[in-house]
Amino acid sequence: MKVEQISVFLENKSGRLADVARSLGDAGVNIRALSIADSSDFGILRIIVNDNDKALEVLKKKGFTISKTEVVAVEVSDKPGGLAQVLDLLARESINVEYMYAFVERSSDNAVIVFRFDAMDSAIKVLSLNGVVILDGSTVYSL
Amino acid sequence: MIWNEEFETLPREALEALQLKRLKSTIEQVYATVSFYRKKLDEKGIKPSDIQSLQDLRRLPFTTKADLRDNYPFGLFSVPMENVMRMHATSGTTGKPIVVGYTRRDIDIWAELMARTLSCAGVHKGDIVHNAFGYGLFTGGLGFHYGAEKIGASVIPISGGNTKRQVTIMKDFGPTAITCTPSYALYIAEVAQEMGIDPAVDFKIKAGCFGAEPWSERMKDEIEKRFGIDAIDTYGLTEVIGPGVSSECIEAKSGLHIFEDHFIPEMIDPETEEPLRYGEKGELVLTSITKEAFPVIRFRTRDITSLNPECCVCGRTFVRMERVTGRTDDMIIIRGVNVFPSQIESVLMHIEGIEPHYQLIVDRKGSLDILEVQVEVNERIFSDELKQLEKLGKRVEKEIKETLGTTCRCKLVEPKTIQRSEGKAKRVIDKRKM
Repeated sequence: MKVEQISVFLENKSGRLADVARSLGDAGVNIRALSIADSSDFGILRIIVNDNDKALEVLKKKGFTISKTEVVAVEVSDKPGGLAQVLDLLARESINVEYMYAFVERSSDNAVIVFRFDAMDSAIKVLSLNGVVILDGSTVYSL
Repeated sequence: MIWNEEFETLPREALEALQLKRLKSTIEQVYATVSFYRKKLDEKGIKPSDIQSLQDLRRLPFTTKADLRDNYPFGLFSVPMENVMRMHATSGTTGKPIVVGYTRRDIDIWAELMARTLSCAGVHKGDIVHNAFGYGLFTGGLGFHYGAEKIGASVIPISGGNTKRQVTIMKDFGPTAITCTPSYALYIAEVAQEMGIDPAVDFKIKAGCFGAEPWSERMKDEIEKRFGIDAIDTYGLTEVIGPGVSSECIEAKSGLHIFEDHFIPEMIDPETEEPLRYGEKGELVLTSITKEAFPVIRFRTRDITSLNPECCVCGRTFVRMERVTGRTDDMIIIRGVNVFPSQIESVLMHIEGIEPHYQLIVDRKGSLDILEVQVEVNERIFSDELKQLEKLGKRVEKEIKETLGTTCRCKLVEPKTIQRSEGKAKRVIDKRKM
């Protein structure tokens, strides 16, 4: 039920993001979704790619500090109120969203949102019980 | 293990008698041969014959680094050039270099002192010494080289640099001892790990002599852990002889024995120049009492330490100096607070996961000094969550504030972006325009 995401530590310097993108591109790794969290000095690039092992190997070789994190990819109805519906379910159970970002591609007619929760397993349980579609890794990587 | 039992364990009284005899002859020698010293003594109205006790040393003027510089290159040599067998020099990064000379006897004595230093670390005949101190004008390389040869060890004269090759040689040649700067030792360990080699497992090294730059106790612990060795602190400076002024003993690892049969140490307050008591922290002042080509009288080392006269478990009777925590000229003053890089190092190394590579950037905004502490983010401290990383930065800032009383800004930087040193590490970049 969980999807693997790669996080990369980046200093706020011009060209660093380009370095990551180029390294992955040269290795034939496709970025499926991404987001950046930033402070004044540094940022954390979070990406979901089509080939995790290769991406990890390439980035490590280039000397980036990286880590793997598990996230949940959820299908959300691509209509007004679609996201609110899912978030309400979680709020009711006092589950916090650490961060979230959206996929560019859609899954059938739905938008795909990536979540990191403070309580991952409870979140998955709540979502499944309420019939929310959670995508597994292989589906997400090939979206 | 004591290299020269007779001299290194001399009873205090006999040692002081020997020091006085050697001091008198050194003063006579410099008065007769070096116009700089003769002029300074004449100005004070002191004749060499006035030196009748060790206390009389205090009547003589200090010699500073500026004095040595003013007499560049050979103005303070005490013998004709034909008797000078070797020259060494400081790097001159802070101005003109300082050139020192050695007669054959000086080189012999230096080798003896380095043999003592290596013996302090338990290194003896049969050991293989990987000497990664730089060879050349710098005293570190050749000093340890001669000492290692003197004790009959096998020397690998690798010098500094080309670190991957160093690692390969350490693995293949199986040295049992290493000598280099502490910052370079950590860099070697880092490169070894990148090459898939664990220094603690794959090397046969059991002890190391480190020196030539101030380093903290925690850095020592880190080196001991990464290499699985005993790390011995050694001390010296080109102006006085090079390495070989003092060394920790492996038995106690508690302060560095000053080889007092060749150097007389004094401790002064760097501001008032008043003598300090045992245990009080101040600036170390050294007088050489056996050197021929380049004697120094009351040389102000600018190194901050304290002296401890207590007997040591190893049996040496020499006074011990505490690990040098900094130099008066390394000291940075941040908004009126004195800060030594090694103090910040201690704080950083106390925090789990932080790399022993760091840099301090000092700048001034308006009339306010800004201290930035750069720390590398490795996989051990990297978190996918911004707030965790920000928390780490805040923790560094808080602990430095609590320990040193100065505010700073911690900047997290990417791994391997802080320059690694193959010799003396450059810890401070001061951008203030004074």
